[in-house]
Amino acid sequence: MLAPGVTPGLQVRATLSAAVLAALESVRDPELDEPVTSLGFVTSATVSAAGEATVRLRLPTYFCAPNFAFLMAADAHDATAAVPGVRSVQVVLEDHFAAAAINGGVAAGEGFASTFEGEAAGELHQLRAGFLRKAVLAGTDQVCRPLLAAGARSGRLRELTLGQVPRSPALDRLRRRRAELGLPAGDDAPLLIDPQTGAAVRPEAVPLHLRKARVTRVGMEANAGICRGMLRHRYGTQGQGESTAVAEEDM
Amino acid sequence: MYEKNGEKYFVVDSHMHYWNAAPDNWVPGHEQYAKGWIECFHAYQGLGPPQTHWPIEHFQKYSEDDLMKDVFTDGHVDVAIFQPTYLKEWYKEGFNTTERNATMGERHPGKFVYNTRWDPRDGDEGLAMLRANAERYGSKGVKLYTAEWNNGSRGWKLTDPGAYRYLEACQQLGIRNVHVHKGPTIWPLDKDAFDVSDVDHVATDFPDLNFIVEHVGLPRIEDFCFMATQEPNVYAGLAVVIGGLMHARPRFFAKVMGELLFWVGEDKMTFGSDYAIWEPKWQVEGLVDWEMPAGEEFADYPKLGTEGKKKILGLNAAKLYGIDVPAEYQLREAGTPGAHEVLAGQPEEHAVSGE
Repeated sequence: MLAPGVTPGLQVRATLSAAVLAALESVRDPELDEPVTSLGFVTSATVSAAGEATVRLRLPTYFCAPNFAFLMAADAHDATAAVPGVRSVQVVLEDHFAAAAINGGVAAGEGFASTFEGEAAGELHQLRAGFLRKAVLAGTDQVCRPLLAAGARSGRLRELTLGQVPRSPALDRLRRRRAELGLPAGDDAPLLIDPQTGAAVRPEAVPLHLRKARVTRVGMEANAGICRGMLRHRYGTQGQGESTAVAEEDM
Repeated sequence: MYEKNGEKYFVVDSHMHYWNAAPDNWVPGHEQYAKGWIECFHAYQGLGPPQTHWPIEHFQKYSEDDLMKDVFTDGHVDVAIFQPTYLKEWYKEGFNTTERNATMGERHPGKFVYNTRWDPRDGDEGLAMLRANAERYGSKGVKLYTAEWNNGSRGWKLTDPGAYRYLEACQQLGIRNVHVHKGPTIWPLDKDAFDVSDVDHVATDFPDLNFIVEHVGLPRIEDFCFMATQEPNVYAGLAVVIGGLMHARPRFFAKVMGELLFWVGEDKMTFGSDYAIWEPKWQVEGLVDWEMPAGEEFADYPKLGTEGKKKILGLNAAKLYGIDVPAEYQLREAGTPGAHEVLAGQPEEHAVSGE
């Protein structure tokens, strides 16, 4: 209980809004494998005195792929609803050709297929898993490149387990992505695995595996760069929780 | 043509447009899509240098004189290849049809190549139209949008039986260059429309045709790169790569170029400005000046020299389209081959022999 006289309503609401924003950090653009917050996709996240949360999302273009837009809006809804103190959630995707359908579908808790009845045949789990596999491959490059730069030979990487690799944010992230897919992610799991099957990469396949990991990462990062540039052109304002550090890195 | 430091570059812009996206061409009831589409294109222009940005009104509809000045007078282009985009559900007379392009281009003999389009779902009628267009406009290439929605059909694949009829017709009609749009798209809603595996199949089945993957499958360049490594008749169309990254994201541009030079090679990369999204001038000048940056991240990418830039800016496309290139623009020596020449025929696992 708060002491009387400190305008508890405002304080609680500010804290709750911050908690919602923090929760939104777990929502990723599946294609770019980055949080919607750091990408600048969150216009605002507010919570009323009655615990009604409103999350407004924006995207780089009017025609951004509706499948990914739906996933992000639905994930944002779920992440916000899980914040203690939030009683109801409204997610509003702004300025998008399919905004009405997506907002309605997410509010009704419908799946993608029924939201776009007649225009889409299936749910998006497979699509999401496919991109998660790409994220695993890209993450492999993030973990391996510093090791190679420090003098490790590519053949040696194959012998390493996750537990033998020095801790880093990139390694933690790779483990989380692997775990999400049900791929081996424990200390004794090999560093280099086939993101489809989870099997260890065979010795002769290591150089090509690493090359593929790198081109996958380059493609994802270049795409994120394009998305950031277009978002900036479209809105010219910072999103809530937007990371400028990442955006400036490449300037 | 463009000349810098005594080197002469013959420039073929292999991917450009002459569109009308102004309100007078919007289909009633679908205005929001017509407006949204051109605003989306306009946002891409924002990735180019600020002094090349246009006001939206000008971007919606530019004149013949604007195009001739931007592309030829100022833009260094010798020959430009029109790639049509129909979008008739939103734009009354289409966004930029073969006919619109050719009507304008015919006033400037020798400057343009008129590509046309087809969609296997148009059946016999579409085949007849393809033949008519090939005859009337002398089309040597087509632009295809496999993700396009059509009467309830959710996109198509080059491997569909209907598409094979059209590919066979292309062979008969002397249409050798198939530009496939594998890049940012909208429909079908629930699939990943960037999938390039269909290109892989038809490239094998139609070895006499060339398949130019426009926008190199961005954002899935990895899928495109693996595929292109296996197929000698698959090319990387650089529209969007140069325009969207070279100025806005120079380090990513270098990495994407490095990957393409490694997997595909400079003999199989073609310049396209994507005009009027971006003007060719700064792209041509920028690519000629461009060098792979120094630093460990870039160290094992192939370098791109003057000869390679000449190929990418014009000589490769000139070869594909049978465009005569004066002797002064020809190469003096061969460039560096790409991975697929070096690795041709080797099983995938052994394809790269070490770092």
